[in-house]
Amino acid sequence: MTVSQTEFRTALLDPQRAVPAGLQDASSGPAGARFSVYRNNVVHSLTEALATAFPLVRKLIGKTAFDQVAGLYVRSHPPVSPLMMFYGDSFPDFVAGCEPLAHLGYLADCARLDLALRQSYHAADATPLAPEALQTGPDTLMAMHLHPAPSTRVLRSSWPLFDLWRFNNVENAPKPAPGAQDVLITRPDFDPLPHLLPPGGAEWFRALSDNASLSQAQTIATENTPSFDLAATLSLALSTQAFAAL
Amino acid sequence: MLDNSSRFDRLPDGPGVGYKPQHFSELMQDPGPVSWIEVHAENYMGDGGRPLAQLRALSEQFAVSVHGVGLSIGGEGALDRDHLDRLKKLVEWLQPASFSEHLAWSTHGAEFLNDLLPLPYTNDTLTRVAAHISQVQDTLGRRMLLENPSSYLAFAESTWSETDFLTELVRRTGCGLLLDVNNVFISATNLGYSPQDYIDAFPLDAVGEIHVGGHDEDADDNGAPLLIDSHGKPVADPVWSLLSLTLATSGPRPVLVEWDNDVPLWPALRAEAVRAAQALQPAGQ
Repeated sequence: MTVSQTEFRTALLDPQRAVPAGLQDASSGPAGARFSVYRNNVVHSLTEALATAFPLVRKLIGKTAFDQVAGLYVRSHPPVSPLMMFYGDSFPDFVAGCEPLAHLGYLADCARLDLALRQSYHAADATPLAPEALQTGPDTLMAMHLHPAPSTRVLRSSWPLFDLWRFNNVENAPKPAPGAQDVLITRPDFDPLPHLLPPGGAEWFRALSDNASLSQAQTIATENTPSFDLAATLSLALSTQAFAAL
Repeated sequence: MLDNSSRFDRLPDGPGVGYKPQHFSELMQDPGPVSWIEVHAENYMGDGGRPLAQLRALSEQFAVSVHGVGLSIGGEGALDRDHLDRLKKLVEWLQPASFSEHLAWSTHGAEFLNDLLPLPYTNDTLTRVAAHISQVQDTLGRRMLLENPSSYLAFAESTWSETDFLTELVRRTGCGLLLDVNNVFISATNLGYSPQDYIDAFPLDAVGEIHVGGHDEDADDNGAPLLIDSHGKPVADPVWSLLSLTLATSGPRPVLVEWDNDVPLWPALRAEAVRAAQALQPAGQ
C-alpha cells in the first residue's frame, strides 16, 4: 500500500480529505490525527510567513481576521518557490477580491505597501547618488538621466496610503483624512521607509525609470499634474537616497 | 567570494547556534562559548540588504554552516535547477564550513509546501534520494550532510529501518550525516522505539554535525504521546541525556542549538550553548 507524494499533498491542503491509507501510527494503526501535524505545520508556517510579510494589513484587520484570510490564501495560492521572502506577491490582489473585506477599500493598497517594503528590504545594494553630482549648469542637469536605486519603490493610491501607514506606525500621527496619496519607498541603509510623494511625483519617477531625461520626465509629470513641483520632488528623492550613483 | 575558506574549512567541535537576526549585536559582542553559527540557506538568497551584510560580518568571526530547508531532496520529481543554482551561488560566495539538507520532501510540482514532509524507506526512495544527493554534491563540488527527520507517522510500505537507510545513503553517495538527537527522541517516542537503540545503530563515523532543539508534547487519537518538533523552547532533559550518550560514543562533534520559534533574548540562547559546551566536555572538548 503505497502513498504517492501527489496523494499526500492533496490530503495535506484539504482537511476534508481522508488521511491516506498506508500512513500509520506506532502500532500499525491508521495515522489519524498524526497527519494533522503536517497539515497544521503547512498552514501555520505559511500563515506566519504572511503575517510577518504584511504587518500593516494584519494590524488593520487584527490577528483573527488576518489568519482567516491568510488560511484561504495559503490553501489556494501555495508558494511556488522555496524563497519565502518573496511569498505573497499575489496577496494584495487576493485581498482586493476578498468579499468579506470589501468594506475596507484601502486594504489592498496597504498590502501593496507591505509588499513593496519587503521587496525593498531584499533588493540589491547600490551606492546612492550624491547631491553634488547634480551641481552643474541647468541645461546639463535637465539632460541627465537619473536611475532609481534597486531598493526604490513608488506606489500610487486613490487612498491616503502614506497617512494610513504613518497612523499605524508613528506615535501621535494624525488620523488619515480622505484623499489620494502616492508613496515613495527608499532604503538609505538597510531599513526601507515610506515617504509622501508630492503630486506628479509618481509619474516623474515612472518616466525616469523608463530612462527619460530630467527634462523629459518633468514634461511628462507636468502634463498630467500641472502643479508638479520639480524642486520639492527632486529634493525629497536626493535626501532619501532614491537614486543610484551614475 | 569572501575570504573565509582558509580560516573556517570545517565546523569546530564546539557549540553553535541557529542564527537569528535579532541576536546580531549581542552575538558579535558576547558570543560566550559559541564558535560557529548556522543559517537557513533560503533566507540569504535575496539580492542584498541587511541579511547578506550581516552574514558577511558574521562569517568573519564565526565558522558558518549553511542549512538548506528548500531543496526537497526526497521529492519524487527532479531537483529544482534554479534553486540548486541559487545554492551554488550562495556557497561559492560565502565559502561556508558546511552545507546540510534534510531527508524530506517539500516541493510538489511547482508548489513549495514549506514543511519537511516524510518519506517511505523503500528501494525506490533510496535510489532517488541517492541520485539527488549526488547531484547536489556534484553541483556544489563538496560533500553535504543529510539530516535525519522528526517523524509523526510511519509508512506501511517501508522496508528499511531509518538507520539502515541512512547508512546505505552514506555508502552510495559518500555524503555525511547531520544527527538531530531531538528528532531521534521525537521519532522514537512517536513511533515506539528506543532512542538509545537508534543511536547504537546510527553510523556515527559519518556524523559531521549534531542538532539539539526544543519540542512540544501532545497526544494522538488514542492518547499515545505525540511529540512535535517545534524549536520553540529550551532543549528537554532527555534530549540532553541522549546528546551525552551520543557524544560518549562518537567523540566531540559540532553541536548546534536550534531555536526558531518564540525566539528568546540572547542570554537564554547563550545559556543553551553553555549547556551544549558542558555536554561536550566529557567528550574531549
